[in-house]
Amino acid sequence: MNAQLPIAASNGSDCAPVLKERGQREVFCGLTGIIWLHRKMQDAFFLVVGSRTCAHLLQSAAGVMIFAEPRFATAIMEERDLAGLADANEELDRIVDQLLARRPEIKSLFLVGSCPSEVIKLDLAKAAQRLGAKHAPEVRILNYSGSGIETTFTEGEDACLASLVPEMPALTDDDVANLIIVGSLPDIVEDQFMRLFAELGIGNVASLPERAVSDLPGIGPNTRFLLAQPFLGDTAQALKERGAQRLDALFPFGVEGTTAWLQAAATEYGIDETHFAETLRPYQARAEKAMAHQRARLAGKSIFFMPDSQLEIPLARFLSRELGMVLTEVGTPYLHRSHMDRELALLPADVQISEGQDVDLQLDRVRSAQPDLTVCGLGLANPLESEGLSTKWAIELVFSPIHGFDQAGDLAELFARPLRRRDVLRV
Amino acid sequence: MQLSVWTYEGPPHVGAMRVATAMEGIHYLLHSPQGDTYADLLFTMIERRGKRPPVTYTTFQARDLGKDTSQLFQTAARDTLDRFAPDAMLVGASCTAELIQDDPAGLIENMGLPIPVIPLELPSYQRKEHWGAAETFYQIVRKLSDKDRRASDKAARRPLANLLGPTALGFRHRDDIAEITGLLNKMGIDINVTAPLGSSAADIARLGEADFNIVLYPETGDLAADYLKREFGQPAVRTVPIGVGATQDFIREVAKIADVDPVPMLKEGLSRLSWWSRSIDSNYLTGKRVFIFGDGTHAVAAARVASEELGFKVVGLGCYNREYAREVRAAAKLYDAEPLITDDHLAVEKAIEDAQVELVLGTQMERHIAKRFGIGCAVISSPVHVQDFPARYSPHMGFEGANVIFDEWVHPLVMGLEEHLLTMFRDDFEFNDHAGASHLGPGHAAPGQEDTAKDETTAAPANDTETVWSDDAQRELKKIPFFVRGKAKRNTETFAAEQGVSTIELATLYEAKAHYAR
Ligand code: SF4
Ligand code: SF4
Repeated sequence: MNAQLPIAASNGSDCAPVLKERGQREVFCGLTGIIWLHRKMQDAFFLVVGSRTCAHLLQSAAGVMIFAEPRFATAIMEERDLAGLADANEELDRIVDQLLARRPEIKSLFLVGSCPSEVIKLDLAKAAQRLGAKHAPEVRILNYSGSGIETTFTEGEDACLASLVPEMPALTDDDVANLIIVGSLPDIVEDQFMRLFAELGIGNVASLPERAVSDLPGIGPNTRFLLAQPFLGDTAQALKERGAQRLDALFPFGVEGTTAWLQAAATEYGIDETHFAETLRPYQARAEKAMAHQRARLAGKSIFFMPDSQLEIPLARFLSRELGMVLTEVGTPYLHRSHMDRELALLPADVQISEGQDVDLQLDRVRSAQPDLTVCGLGLANPLESEGLSTKWAIELVFSPIHGFDQAGDLAELFARPLRRRDVLRV
Repeated sequence: MQLSVWTYEGPPHVGAMRVATAMEGIHYLLHSPQGDTYADLLFTMIERRGKRPPVTYTTFQARDLGKDTSQLFQTAARDTLDRFAPDAMLVGASCTAELIQDDPAGLIENMGLPIPVIPLELPSYQRKEHWGAAETFYQIVRKLSDKDRRASDKAARRPLANLLGPTALGFRHRDDIAEITGLLNKMGIDINVTAPLGSSAADIARLGEADFNIVLYPETGDLAADYLKREFGQPAVRTVPIGVGATQDFIREVAKIADVDPVPMLKEGLSRLSWWSRSIDSNYLTGKRVFIFGDGTHAVAAARVASEELGFKVVGLGCYNREYAREVRAAAKLYDAEPLITDDHLAVEKAIEDAQVELVLGTQMERHIAKRFGIGCAVISSPVHVQDFPARYSPHMGFEGANVIFDEWVHPLVMGLEEHLLTMFRDDFEFNDHAGASHLGPGHAAPGQEDTAKDETTAAPANDTETVWSDDAQRELKKIPFFVRGKAKRNTETFAAEQGVSTIELATLYEAKAHYAR
């Protein structure tokens, strides 16, 4: 592992050299996305075709098992499936029949590939076709891979949304232009954005995903889209291939990011600049106010991001520019250069960016930097705390509403809370 | 393939992690993809461990497949050795690595590492967590125990025992060990080694010096105990000291093997449970219907305590680990309860619903099931969640364990005195339907406020027969305290259906009550 690093990539134009690492990682695989995707798409069921490990991951990552019978499950492969005693495809068909009989309210079923299903080359695309034909029109059957050998954490959502793109109804040149917000957002945030677009005078805005898979928006040459999440490379590519154009923008975190993100749409649709500025002003003021007392707490404090969700770079930009935090290292599991261009340009010139991970080497760097706050996964948080370092669980950033003006204060608060707690405790 | 929503046990390599994490100076090199690192959080979050589990995941990716996964493995092995300098290394494959067949055992052997290396073969597609832990512990003992070290001359010392089976993430293992160690010391017996929890390679080496073994957790300790018996001729105590009676049996069994007098300990060590259970307030516990589910050992032990020491009626008894199905079936027969051997939590949920119980003793899964049904619940077995690692001392084994059990199982039930008052003041505003069940804690809203709770007061029959309730009967039903109303309603409807009664009158309600009177 050590042997492969460090390889410094030279691309000095937008930021300092990136430290690329290749070693042991401490991240979730793409299956984890199911935890929030199934809450978002309320007519969908996610069936992982995998092992007991995959089932255990889902249950452990979900943490709280409050859902009586959640809309996800695992078809756990067994010895006989591998030994060829049972045809894995027949077994899968049987499981799907059983599941659909039990849960008749399911309208879309995602077959989700895992490491084991990929290594044995179980063709889930074919299976989805076969089962789709059988269960049409009641149930639509889709597939994607959330395997750990191909996807890291949030990339599972990317793969899931990309699998929806071919299902989107085709629009033509003659159809009215539409704008699609891409990335699953908590409903409350999505509604806020929709109200903002309406106030700005931008109509015909849809989301991918919508709250029901059956409501997929149309797509065609007049379609423009904005990425609400930074980890959607494949989905963006698939949308482009169907003729839609991406509006390049900062990601909508904090006042600056949200303004720029909305600006991209306003410019595209020729919204009057004064109207734009006036519409946004009260929102911006509210957000500034909400962030104000967190700024006092966070300014000048150093922060180290372990790679986790690909949200790291936009969040680092927000924390450094709007809250005055000092960036020690910004790790990302994968650096999507073209989507990240504008973000990187706003980071301090000397910031250390790292891509990939060798967790032990990275922990050495954390220990020597002694940052005020380390953003890391659940497996690392308590061990670092016990060494006296304050941490923020990265997963909370994925589960909580953090986008847009009205969440900017909450987002800042997420980072401020561990520091405040450290100040309060006397034990 | 098996359709699974929530699982009781993880894959076998998680069992191996429970052993490695429990020990000192042992490192586990696991050939696996990145996502398998989730398992770390079980230890750091649920058990609040302040150290990362000693596990290195090789983290191979799709692009490595077929080319250099084995090289990746060897590099990781070398790095692990350099960085962690363990006394011994476990090596193995997770479910995905098992399929790519890199043969970690062979690869590591070729490297000729300067420390003992223990290859683990844990078939992920056949076996589960407990078995993985047992097998790993057994392999460690086989490899690291020094075959030349035997028990010394008995005349010159106190009897010496090993305590086998406690692991990381175990249900109350930390406190059970402290309790049983104290009890044995009082009996004049010393502990040679407790393992895996807290032991090192050097400790394992001297296992042979004990006179006998005590298997506190058969699920994880049995295989090793069998081996030690074969290799060193050490007999094993297999009575699990949960509850007053079992603890007394345990003392007798240990005393016999160690050749000490059990009487002083039996005399001195009475648990408060005995008197608490006999005291008059506990009368109302008699015949409370209880459903028990967990790992085989804890379930069987709980059934004995519930039945003999608290006077409950065990109506359902089951386990999720098939390896212990025989013991559970035998115990179920003893208590005339329905045995249930399954790892499908939906089947358990169904059984709990059908059994119409007042208390569930189970794992964290059953806690959730019980919560949904509004039934009291106490946890008796892994898998457990963060609140089952209490800050305070709370063993389940030994005499203090029995005290803890009394408190933990009885508190979820309405207190006897409280029940009496509820009946007297049932129409009083504080005891009205929406006040919620105080014994379920502040988090539990009154039925109806929680979307999962069913409104038992409506006239709609719970079953799909045609039975309807007359106004009189329904008014009367509402007067029954809310925490037994659901059962009264179901019983009455079942009774009406059996009798072919289509409208439930006041009389039907009381006839049913008489019919079901126990
Ligand atoms: S409610 Fe309790 S048992 Fe359930 S997931 Fe949360 S902590 Fe665990
Ligand atoms: S990394 Fe692979 S094997 Fe592990 S949980 Fe994820 S999909 Fe399953």
